[in-house]
This record gives sequence, structure tokens and C-alpha cells, in this order.
Amino acid sequence: MTTPVSVEARSARKDYGTGDEGVRALDDVSVRIEKGEFFTLLGPSGCGKTTLLRLIAGFETPTAGQILLEGRDITEDPPNRRPVNTVFQSYALFPHLSVARNIGFGLEMLGRTRADVKRATEKMLTLVQLEEFASRKPQQLSGGQQQRVALARALAPEPEVLLLDEPLSALDLKLRKEMQRELKRLQTETGITFIFVTHDQEEALTMSDRIAVMRSGRILQVGSPRDIYNHPVDRFVADFIGETNFLSGTAEGAQVRLTSGDLVSAPLNGRHGEITLAVRPEQIRLCASGEPGSLRATIADTVYFGTDTHCHVALNDGTEIVARLQSPPSGDVGLVQGAAVGLRFEPDAVQVLGD
Amino acid sequence: MPTAEDKASARNARTVWLLSAPALVLLILAASGPLLIVLVYSFLTPGEYGNVEWAFSTKAWVGILYSRDIFDGTWKLADAHLTIFWRSVKLSLYTTLFAFIAGFPTAWFIATRGPRARTALLFLITIPFWTNLLVRTFAINQIIRNEGVLNTLLLWLGVIDTPLAIIYTDFAVFLGMTYVYLPLMVLPLFASIDRFDMRLLEAGYDLYASRWQVLRRIVVPVVKPGIIAGSILVFIPSLGAYVTPRILGGGRNMMIGNFIDLQFGAGRNWPLGASLSMTLLLIVAVALVFYVRFANRESRHG
Repeated sequence: MTTPVSVEARSARKDYGTGDEGVRALDDVSVRIEKGEFFTLLGPSGCGKTTLLRLIAGFETPTAGQILLEGRDITEDPPNRRPVNTVFQSYALFPHLSVARNIGFGLEMLGRTRADVKRATEKMLTLVQLEEFASRKPQQLSGGQQQRVALARALAPEPEVLLLDEPLSALDLKLRKEMQRELKRLQTETGITFIFVTHDQEEALTMSDRIAVMRSGRILQVGSPRDIYNHPVDRFVADFIGETNFLSGTAEGAQVRLTSGDLVSAPLNGRHGEITLAVRPEQIRLCASGEPGSLRATIADTVYFGTDTHCHVALNDGTEIVARLQSPPSGDVGLVQGAAVGLRFEPDAVQVLGD
Repeated sequence: MPTAEDKASARNARTVWLLSAPALVLLILAASGPLLIVLVYSFLTPGEYGNVEWAFSTKAWVGILYSRDIFDGTWKLADAHLTIFWRSVKLSLYTTLFAFIAGFPTAWFIATRGPRARTALLFLITIPFWTNLLVRTFAINQIIRNEGVLNTLLLWLGVIDTPLAIIYTDFAVFLGMTYVYLPLMVLPLFASIDRFDMRLLEAGYDLYASRWQVLRRIVVPVVKPGIIAGSILVFIPSLGAYVTPRILGGGRNMMIGNFIDLQFGAGRNWPLGASLSMTLLLIVAVALVFYVRFANRESRHG
């Protein structure tokens, strides 16, 4: 371990309610988040990602396990004694305070001098480009501006860790893209550890240094965006991160015999028996039918998406596969329904999934 | 030359006035009328057996603060009147303050319950409104009088050996008014707390505020409209309270309301009663202006 650990969860468990009605929101989750990294907790709603964030923030205490900050056990510390700040999904800005007073609130509570608070507030206002809005009330700002105030407010006390609970989900697409880059910039500039919660896989892939994919209160996989996208551990991760085609078959030496009867090479590493393969739609090429080494298929449908055209093709046994082709300048890929085509997978495109 | 458009808008304006005429007439007659009568009466001379004589006099206004010595006929500051004013203001302020202290946690508790419990609790709060004020006040009387429930119980338990003299004191009046007006504090507070975004509490804790700081710096400023509304709703009727001081304060601990009543009854001095009523109105108006100013200033700077 070269980089020092910022936040660590050790077998953190969280149960809500007891007995039969009880729900285990987090199931013995252990994870180490490095200092200064942009770490994302990704998963569908109810996967426990927000619960884990709330344990780190201190709004909840774990049923079992520990939360450590820079090696110190903070499991029992209340939120106001943790050098950790949160950007809330709803922003939760104080409606009775001006933008400047909102941003200065944390420092004021920490007992900083008036001059200190003023200096830090001004610095933050510049950082999020809201200088001219300092005396406005939060409700007089647009959603994107409120978002930036929430960010500035959480960053102003210079926390060790910044927690972000789906902060971009209320913004429209264009603004969201803009804020994604802004967040990344702020993280690089301040060097603060960011822990970001989202259910949007694209957001996770574009911003994170590392991603933890969660499901049903457990972490399934931790890794860099490339790692997770290209080497998903199981069907759930592969399906959740981007679109994927699943192919089932049986191992035959170093190859896999698909249910359609076609033979495909895959990095089996000695696995045998029933095998599930995953292939990303953009790593599939179409070629002439019957070309050696290609899979036989027929065109079921084509859907135009602008830059891409999605080609739904069916294998011999009816297995449907989606191939993503770049749309030609004419906009028409020139494939008619029912046409026979061949399928090729790019080198290393085929992934073998765990159970 | 008036254009067709001008004529149309003139006709339109006339229609608007005609349509609002019933409301305006009612307002003038019902709101300003009685007030005007009271104002006129305050400048007249008292009649022999009540009522007024139509002779202009400012004696009633002087009489608010001064009274004529029956022996040497000189005007002296009326200590008794000032005592009554002071008692009214003091008891109303105490009532408002204590109704807030008791009402705030109550309203908070109700607002943070589930939908079913909250309906039931609000129902309980409103029940007293359906009961006659007189009955409720006599119920308090039954509890605190010398042979009442409280004293009997305390005597029986051996906590005291002589009954506590609560009834017919200022404290009894304060107790009764707090009980009677408490719902008027709880309801606007509830409405305000119900709209309060509880996530702000977490935001406050997260930004290093202690529980006390969260309450003082976030909760109180945000729910302030409810606090002000509740305080006004309690303070104003307390100031003019009549039944409660009469029943729980006995004859001695008069408030303005009883004093006014006295002028129209046994005192047979209607003009003084009228000028006292106007003074009460004035105090309330000043209090309201003060409240509104206070509220606005805070929210502007906040």
C-alpha cells in the first residue's frame, strides 16, 4: 500500500428494524478509500451506497463494524466532530441565510474569527464562480447555482473527506455534464478525498479514480473505471456498467461452444463446464455472412441514435445481440431486416464472467 | 375625446366598485362603525345612570392616567389604573413566553410523528376549542382552589399542611390564560415546523454545529414566522382577557378587560370605558407594529 488510506470501513453492517421486518442495508462491507482519490459508490437504489455514505458522515452508526478516518476509529463520533462534510442530494441550503453566510456557516461553527470566515468565504465564492451572488438567498438561485453553493459550503471548512450524495441528479443533462467536469476540477485543485454516490454509471465512469459497484448491501467489485468496464466480475456488474451482450455456452478446450452452435475463443484460464461470456456492443463488427471465423446472424432491427446505430441481430438459436456501429455520413447503415450477416468480436472483447 | 377603450375601462371600473359594494358596506358598518362610536363616546360626558350625555369632554382621556381626589379635588396620577395596565401587559407577556416554552416542544413532537398519530394529536389540541371558555376556566378553578383537586391531593400526600393559596392571585390568572391560549400557540408553530425541511438539521450537524447551535441558528430562524404568528395570537387575546381574570383572579386582580367592564357596569362611566378600550387597541397596534418590524428586519439581514 503506497498511498495512505483516508477512509476505511471494516465489516460495516447496518440493520434497520429487527426480526422479520428488519432490513440489512449494509452487509459486512469492508473498503479502503485512498487519500486524495475520487471514489465512487455505484449501484441501483437500495443497494446500500447511501447508507455507507451516511455511516461515514456520522448520521447513522453501524450495527456492527467500524469506520476509520486516517486510521482513527470515528465510529461513535457525531457528525459535528468529524472533519467530513456532505453535499446533500437536495442541497439542504439554509433558506434564511445568504449565499455567503451559508458558505461561512461551517467555519463560523468551528469558531473561526470573522476575518477568517470572510476570507475563506470569498475564496470559495471565487472557486465556484458565484462572487456576484454572495448576498442572494438560496431560493433566488437556479438549480445549478444552488448546487455550487452546496459544494462551496461543504468545501469551505477544508474537510479531510467530502461526501457527495447524488448531487447532480436534480440537474438537466447539459448542466450535469458541466458540473461533472467542475467537480473533477475542484477535486484536483483541492486535493480532498471525494466519495461520490451515484446510480448513473456514465457519471461514475467519467469522474472516478476508482469505483465500488454495490448491490444488496454488498460491494461486488472495486476498481478503476477501465478495469470495471473491461473486466466485470459478474453478470450484474457487466450489465449495470454500460450495455453488454451475454452469451452462454460450454467450454470446449480453449474455446466456448455457444448455444447457437458457434465456436468462440475466450480467455478461459482453465475454466470448464457452463460458461457465460460478455461482449460490449461497440466491440462487435459486422462482416459478410459466412466469412471464416465469424458468427452467423440475421438482422432483426436497426435503431438510429445519431452518432451510433444499434444493430439488433439474432444468432441461429434466436439469441439476440446488439452491435453498436458508427453511423455513416449518409445516416443509413444499409442493412435491411432479415439480411444474413457475419459477426466478429474485436481482440480481447470476449470476457468470461464469474457465477 | 374619450375613446371606446377609455369608456370600456371606465365601465369596467364602475362594475368592479358595484360588485364589491356589499363587502365594502359591511366592512364600514361592522368594522369602522362600532369603533367610531367608541371613539366618539370617549369624548363625551358620562350620564347619571350610565350611557352618555352629548357634551364634549376630554375628562375620560385624562382619567386613564389621573384621578380626581374626592376630598380636595386635585388631579393625581392614578396608581390603581397603572397597576392594572402593568399587570395586563406583564401577565400577557408571561403567558406568551410560557405558551411558547410549552408549545414549541409540543408542536415539534406532533410535527415529527407519523401521519396517523399527527392527526390524532392535532385533534386533541383542538378539542378545547369546542368547549365553552367559561367551563374550561371553572375547571381550572376546581383544580387550584383551596379545597380543590390539587390541594386535596397534596394535603393527603402530606407534602403540605396548609392549602396553597393559588386561586385569586396573578399566578392563577397566568396559569389559566396559558392553558386557554396554548392551542393558539401550538397550531401556527405546528404549521411552521411541518414545513421545516428536517434535512437542514443534518446539514447543520455536518457543518460542525452542536445541537444547541442547530436549534438557535437554524431551527428558530426558519420557523420564526410560526413563532411570531403564535405569539401574536396569544398576546392579543391575553391582553384583553376578561373571563379568566374574573374567575381565577377574583375581584382584586383586575386586568384591562375587567376594568373596562367595570366602567360600563357599576362604574357608570361609559366615556372612561371607551377611552380605555381605545388605549387597549393602541397597545395592541403598537405591539403588532413592533412584531412586524422585528420580523422584517431579521429576515432581511439574516
